[in-house]
Amino acid sequence: MSFAAIFVPNFPVEAVLRLEPELRSRTVAVLEGKPPLQKVVGLNENSRCAGLEIGMTRLQAEAWTDVVLRCRSALQESAVHAALLDCAQSFSPRVEDTACDTVVLDISGMESLFGPPAKLARDLARRASDLGVEANVAVASNPDAATVTARGYSGVTVIPPGQEHERLGNLSLEVLFANQNEERNQFLDTLERWGIRNLRAFAALPEMAISERLGERGVYLQKLARGATSRTIVPVDPPLVFEEVVELEYPLVLLEPLAFLLNRLLEQICTRLSARALATQELRLKLELGRGALDWTGEDARPSTFFTRTLRLPVPMLDAKVFLKLLQLDLQANPPGAPIKKIWLSAEPAKARTVQGGLFLPPSPEPEKLELTLARISGIVGEGKVGSVELLDTHRAEGFRIQHFTPAAPESKKSKTYGGFDKNAAVTALRIFRPRLSATVTLRDGKPALISCPKKKEVQGEVIWQAGPWRSSGDWWQQTPWARDEWDIALQTASGVALYRLVRDLLAGRWFVEGTYD
Amino acid sequence: MSSLLVCAQPATGRPEAFLAREGPALLLKHLSAVPRLSRVTPASRLEVRPAPETVSSGIAEIDTLTGGLPRGCLTEIYGTASSGRTSLLLSTIAAATRREEACALVDVSDAFDPQSAAAAKVDFKSLLWVRCGPDSKKNSPPRHGGTEKYSSSQPDRSPRAWEPCLEQALKTTDLLLQSGGFGLIAIDLGDIPPSAARRIPLTSWFRFRRAVENTPTVLLVLGHAPCARTCASLLLRLEGQLSAIRPQLSARKIPEHAQLLQGLSLQVELVRSRLERKPAQSDHTVLQTRTAWTG
Repeated sequence: MSFAAIFVPNFPVEAVLRLEPELRSRTVAVLEGKPPLQKVVGLNENSRCAGLEIGMTRLQAEAWTDVVLRCRSALQESAVHAALLDCAQSFSPRVEDTACDTVVLDISGMESLFGPPAKLARDLARRASDLGVEANVAVASNPDAATVTARGYSGVTVIPPGQEHERLGNLSLEVLFANQNEERNQFLDTLERWGIRNLRAFAALPEMAISERLGERGVYLQKLARGATSRTIVPVDPPLVFEEVVELEYPLVLLEPLAFLLNRLLEQICTRLSARALATQELRLKLELGRGALDWTGEDARPSTFFTRTLRLPVPMLDAKVFLKLLQLDLQANPPGAPIKKIWLSAEPAKARTVQGGLFLPPSPEPEKLELTLARISGIVGEGKVGSVELLDTHRAEGFRIQHFTPAAPESKKSKTYGGFDKNAAVTALRIFRPRLSATVTLRDGKPALISCPKKKEVQGEVIWQAGPWRSSGDWWQQTPWARDEWDIALQTASGVALYRLVRDLLAGRWFVEGTYD
Repeated sequence: MSSLLVCAQPATGRPEAFLAREGPALLLKHLSAVPRLSRVTPASRLEVRPAPETVSSGIAEIDTLTGGLPRGCLTEIYGTASSGRTSLLLSTIAAATRREEACALVDVSDAFDPQSAAAAKVDFKSLLWVRCGPDSKKNSPPRHGGTEKYSSSQPDRSPRAWEPCLEQALKTTDLLLQSGGFGLIAIDLGDIPPSAARRIPLTSWFRFRRAVENTPTVLLVLGHAPCARTCASLLLRLEGQLSAIRPQLSARKIPEHAQLLQGLSLQVELVRSRLERKPAQSDHTVLQTRTAWTG
């Protein structure tokens, strides 16, 4: 049996650095607590080297001039944890959620898929790095040994079976404990008084003596130090929730900096989806908005408002650049209107699209490109003015609505029926005047004889031919009834004869020119 | 003809004269001897550009006249009101959607009638309708049932008032051409006054022609007067005939209350076609359209 452990050192700091990778080379400290009682709970290597320590107050940490202080974010940490699970799940179906910063996976039998354990461990570390997390990866013959090794050694470590005792011996005693608590401190104090400094010395102690002095817990820890524990992992099935969160230190007002953050979030989500061989068909953006500058000083206690946008895609996609552009265009058309405090971005997972291309299929736009094009065109002509037509079940004029344009994928079987003429193809079309033109009509024997349309000079003069009236009405059972008489009229124009549709609104008693036959 | 044809400056620097009878061969020989010009292909040996693939317009008379609408080229259809331009456009769109091709209609004056398109058997799922308009939100279509919420004030129809719509149409067409994958892109300038349509820069038409080249897209421009000028590979002029209603006018047997508009009688003229090596002579055909209610 082989197990791999992924451990994220300095977990609170990694959660911050994942969304701000430019801070990796700087001194970063993570604070927790309510102001002014904030304390340092996380440090990166630079800050440790600079002399900062866990437990310092904010005031003490600020004594270092170049230190970057960030508040701890539970939401960001849970996103990192979810990313870790996704990373592990992409390599093995048997994944144990050991701790918030540790994941163990069973890699037995995975050699044929991913190669030897060393390669798999390297791939795991690379995948975690792609997800924005710098993690230690260790492979050992039991899950606890792998976990302890990952805590103790940075980078990728592979322990061959039977060498756990030897390789773990150099590690300090702290790696035996996942968290800092009273038991840990008491245990470490005891061993320090005994002169025990590393796992090799602890493992060499007689088991009976340990049992007498430290009890059952001590025996377990000694087995851990020897790499000799044995247990079965508890596999979890991580929920398919792909959500990334950013809690901002300062409010965002402009869309341009927001785009940078959205880009990072989208890249993370796309990497996670890709790790699970999934795509998305729906993106949800939720912004927590502040009430203004006062809100950030804490003087304005009014509750925040939320701004939500949902981006529905016609087909499952997985392209962060396309998503970003779509979100940008959407936000330009519908700006939040207030400073942004917090950003949630989630993706609804969907099965990735598979397309079988064909040499003889008719041309069809690529869905990704088409979505971008439609969004851009919407930005030019306005929302709701681009799409395909859906006719409504009514005889009312303008009985249609616009819906999202999603061309159906051409089918090769149908493509054989190309060509040929429809016998009834040459249908006389009507060109609608929008808005319809109001007209003054003179009647003779109850028929239009003379028409004048002030807004369209061509539509005036004597009616040389008319047909009608064609009466229609409807929706009298609703609040918006309609009734109209339609006339088809011909007018002599300078260039010939023009045919128009003249409408009399029976309810309003007004004449309109609805369009021209063309 | 024995006159002096060419006086070239060969590599030797000594001018030589060529006679018409042996001139071309001698000239080629001399040019090929010049190292700088050795790779230049003579125009007489250039490959003939292959004729573009054509597709049906959906109307047999038009296809007989033109040989079909060329892919990768700009086709322009123009005519006055009631000349049948829109009927031809809808037939072309219907034919393209029957071929399962995605189509786009850039409707500059927002004049598209979905009922007419349905009668022409256009598959709406394959048709992208872009409604241009200066005040998009105010003129947005009714969402349900077609309650007309348009402003009662009529828009200004001066040529300058169309500029925003034309700008939107040009930008939209650019995007659609760049996007690719459409079998037909139609720009409807049917209600745009010729004075406004002529304001479209010639560079835009050149750009469109270049963008559509070597693609399977048919770029169709519908207008009141020709505006794409030399960029149009196929130019059709449509004209309505008084005979569209004349039979009914002369049909005294039909009582006045039973008059019915049955369709249009159209004359189609092929003004220009660049599909062949030699430009086609002007040619005509006549076709009839029918109204949706005549069955």
